[in-house]
Amino acid sequence: MDLIDFPPPPAQDVEALRAEVRAFLAEELATRRPQDRARSWSGFDADFSRKVGARGWIGMTWPKRYGGHERSALERYVVLEEMLAAGAPVAAHWFADRQSGPLLLKVGSEEQRRTLLPRMAAGECCFCIGMSEPDSGSDLAAVRTRAVPVEGGFVVNGTKLWTTYAHHAHFMILFCRTGGAEERHGGTSQFLVDLKTPGITIRPIADLAGEHHFNEVVFEDAFLPSSALLGQLGDGWNQVVGELAFERSGPERFLSSFTLLVELVRALGPNPSEQAAVAAGRLTAHLLVLRRLSRSVAGMLQNGENPALQAALVKDLGAIFEQEIPDIARQLVDAEPSQRSTRDFSAVLAHTILNVPSFSLRGGTREILRGIIARGLGLR
Amino acid sequence: MSDTSQILVDTATRLFEETFTPRQLALAETGRWLGTEWQAVEDMGLPLALVPEEAGGFGLPVEEALNLIRLAGAFAVPLPLAETMLANRILASAGLELPGGPVTLAPVRADDRPTLERRDGGWLLSGTAQRVPWGRAAAIMVLAEHDGRTLVALVPAGQAEVTPDINLAYEPRDTLRFETVLPAERVAPSPGVAAADLRRLGAALRCLAMAGALGRILEMTTAYANERSQFGRPIGKFQAIQQHLAVLAGQAAAARAAGDIAAEAVAQGASALPIAAAKVRCGEAAGIAAAIAHQVHGAMGFTHEHSLHFLTKRLWSWRDEFGGEGEWSRLIGREVAQAGADGLWPLVTAA
Repeated sequence: MDLIDFPPPPAQDVEALRAEVRAFLAEELATRRPQDRARSWSGFDADFSRKVGARGWIGMTWPKRYGGHERSALERYVVLEEMLAAGAPVAAHWFADRQSGPLLLKVGSEEQRRTLLPRMAAGECCFCIGMSEPDSGSDLAAVRTRAVPVEGGFVVNGTKLWTTYAHHAHFMILFCRTGGAEERHGGTSQFLVDLKTPGITIRPIADLAGEHHFNEVVFEDAFLPSSALLGQLGDGWNQVVGELAFERSGPERFLSSFTLLVELVRALGPNPSEQAAVAAGRLTAHLLVLRRLSRSVAGMLQNGENPALQAALVKDLGAIFEQEIPDIARQLVDAEPSQRSTRDFSAVLAHTILNVPSFSLRGGTREILRGIIARGLGLR
Repeated sequence: MSDTSQILVDTATRLFEETFTPRQLALAETGRWLGTEWQAVEDMGLPLALVPEEAGGFGLPVEEALNLIRLAGAFAVPLPLAETMLANRILASAGLELPGGPVTLAPVRADDRPTLERRDGGWLLSGTAQRVPWGRAAAIMVLAEHDGRTLVALVPAGQAEVTPDINLAYEPRDTLRFETVLPAERVAPSPGVAAADLRRLGAALRCLAMAGALGRILEMTTAYANERSQFGRPIGKFQAIQQHLAVLAGQAAAARAAGDIAAEAVAQGASALPIAAAKVRCGEAAGIAAAIAHQVHGAMGFTHEHSLHFLTKRLWSWRDEFGGEGEWSRLIGREVAQAGADGLWPLVTAA
């Protein structure tokens, strides 16, 4: 009956786990200010990630022999959404848990898995994603960074851009060209890059809020051993596309502005005006439905399906929701946004306003996602 | 889905597809009661799909039975199937005899409060109910107050004074004036369903119908974009149209998820928050999706000839029936305010 299937999320009682995570976060984040919580998954704290790892909440679905915990996708989902709703600083383990770990499990060599997955699951090994380049954003297949085979490995030259937390990361998953420029998809591969490798320079890029999350990562004759190749030579495009389904459907795709919604509810108080109640109620309704869609995709991933289309839909709808929250909040509460304000609402509003443009860019622009959806509908 | 449900859905799909052609839908718009078509629906047993097995129903899980309403929405079925399914369920749970034929529900508006008083060994039902779906053509399951208690009464077709009216899709939405003495066996204590619950249940029915209609609109509009050529190629090849259709697909997906939320809530006791959220989200999806569907269909879709309007006119009507986005958003907003900032997330995960 429906062109695009969204099966019901898996049924499992996860409330005990949820309570455990909430208690942990209440204690760990007791003094975390709203403007810090507003960083959502951009907050970085290596100590916090180690504690999360010690609890067994990283790599939850991975096999035990690689340091994982063999728990369900829904259990993992509960941990993620509780972390995000509380504004926990998850960035030190986020990328490894979300995509680099699953990628290694899928295409990595036995040695790569054995050496890295347990460290990732312990929250001790931080990853960054080397996809975008100065001339290759939405058009990912246009990457120019190139790995040339040499005796015993590859030599890499090129520049990666917008690489979040490269300055803290131990490893990068590098997507680059290994074949001719004329074979768009076929000539690409992925590599596991130790960022201590000579010939790699990491330079900060400040974002429009004046903060440093992004980096430019320059490779100048950087030598990677043959063992750094991830998956099959020339199979980079297929591997990356598989990775993106993990990247696009999670709760981080609609909870980026959640702290502002919380502070909005606080500012409105127990007896909001008619207009404010309607607006807050509508946003909550959207949140409930997005959460259902996103959990549905989590179930599909658990079943080994490839919900790339559904993931694109969740991310597109989620970004609209995240982006409209500041506009609605500022209509209901009189406050000027100010990053330095001592008033929580003003500070959180400021942070959110300065970050929302990225929500429909990162992880695939709105236009690219809608192109994927149109393809799923059979239009292209 | 169970095998029984799958068979039921498949047979109903065939019946709806064959029966409710644009010609029949146009006929229904003239106010004609489609008696033969109703009989076909009744012969298939669909009006009993929500009735418990011990009362003569199929014993289907509630969520699965509700798929029929989604389907009826998808085919713009111009009959009170959803209303009859729900009314029969409530009547059966109250231990009242099912009348057979179409049954509708009252009151559907928050401000209508019919009452019952003892009279001559039976009951006198009085009061008014506005905007009752197919009030002119169906028996009526009325929830009425007596001495602070809610009772269920069954009013046979033709026993209320009817002032006919319609919604945007020409579906009957009549004002009924009751001044009727009913025999004792047509009245029973409510099985835990108060007027406010009926409004929630009605809202859930409309969510499912809207979800079904939106899924169908997505199919029709995508197919049209692939067929219609301008500037030498199908309009679906233009990025501008593709982006429109992607938005439409997102709204259809959201409505579908909202419909699932509503169906599960009905199965689990019809709590307010999830149904309110579903009605708000489906209503918003209906507005956005109908606008895009018409934009993509161009002037063709705006004619009475084309069948798009049978669905869009229903969406615009259903959006406001049993409470629009303002009313349900306000209810959620008040609950959120009471829960407070730190209670917001627990409220979301518990809903």
